[in-house]
Amino acid sequence: MKVTLISIPVRNQEKALQFYTKKLGFIKKKDLPLGGGNRWLTLVSAEWQDGPELLLEPAPNHFEPCKVFQDALMEAGYPYTQFDVNDVVAEYERLIKLDVQFSMKPTEMGTVKVAVFNDTCGNNIQLVEEL
Amino acid sequence: MTHYEKELHRIRRVVYSNEGQINTVIGIRNYIENNYEADLNLDLLSHIQCVSKYHLLRLFKKYYGQTPRQYLIDKRIEKSKESLKNGISVTETCFAVGFESLGSFSSLFKTKTGKSPYQFQKEQLSRSKID
Repeated sequence: MKVTLISIPVRNQEKALQFYTKKLGFIKKKDLPLGGGNRWLTLVSAEWQDGPELLLEPAPNHFEPCKVFQDALMEAGYPYTQFDVNDVVAEYERLIKLDVQFSMKPTEMGTVKVAVFNDTCGNNIQLVEEL
Repeated sequence: MTHYEKELHRIRRVVYSNEGQINTVIGIRNYIENNYEADLNLDLLSHIQCVSKYHLLRLFKKYYGQTPRQYLIDKRIEKSKESLKNGISVTETCFAVGFESLGSFSSLFKTKTGKSPYQFQKEQLSRSKID
């Protein structure tokens, strides 16, 4: 068995695609129609294109408990998942300029530095840098 | 402050309150990052930070979840992938990232990535030709 996919629930796949590619810098890998306007839509990191794919799935629109869980995480400020970066402060400053909203500025936590932003599609996402 | 941020602060007080220990392990990690190709061992690392090697081993595992040796091997494999992608030969790569024998490098590389270094390089180079 291999881990090749991480899924993120999003409210609007097209909006998520724009945010994750234009602002975060991911690259679209797979995009195929699943009927009813839904897509199997995956992305990869620009600097690790053979790494795991990120699936932007429209689950909250089709399965109420997913929406409830996502809303509860959002309200409490919990990240849905996290992405690794080389420099959290540099990435924070780059994203702030692109109008990305942070609920937590870069903060040191022992051997890591973390920050949390809103992906505009229903999730908080954490950036992490190992110190 | 979000609920998540409060939780992080609580965890920081519990887990990351010993600044001296944190500085020691961060120092060790940085040393490994910058000298992964050298002949690193616990005696050397403990000498650099002036702590006993058993204490160092315990601390590193406590804060990074891996032993320094495991961390070093992952670092070398990551660097060897970069080197192979750049067309450097397997033998040259093996010694450049700090492994001492081609046999142990090849089998370790295969265990960690699922491919032999030769296979990995062949695939990477043919992929870049197609692009």
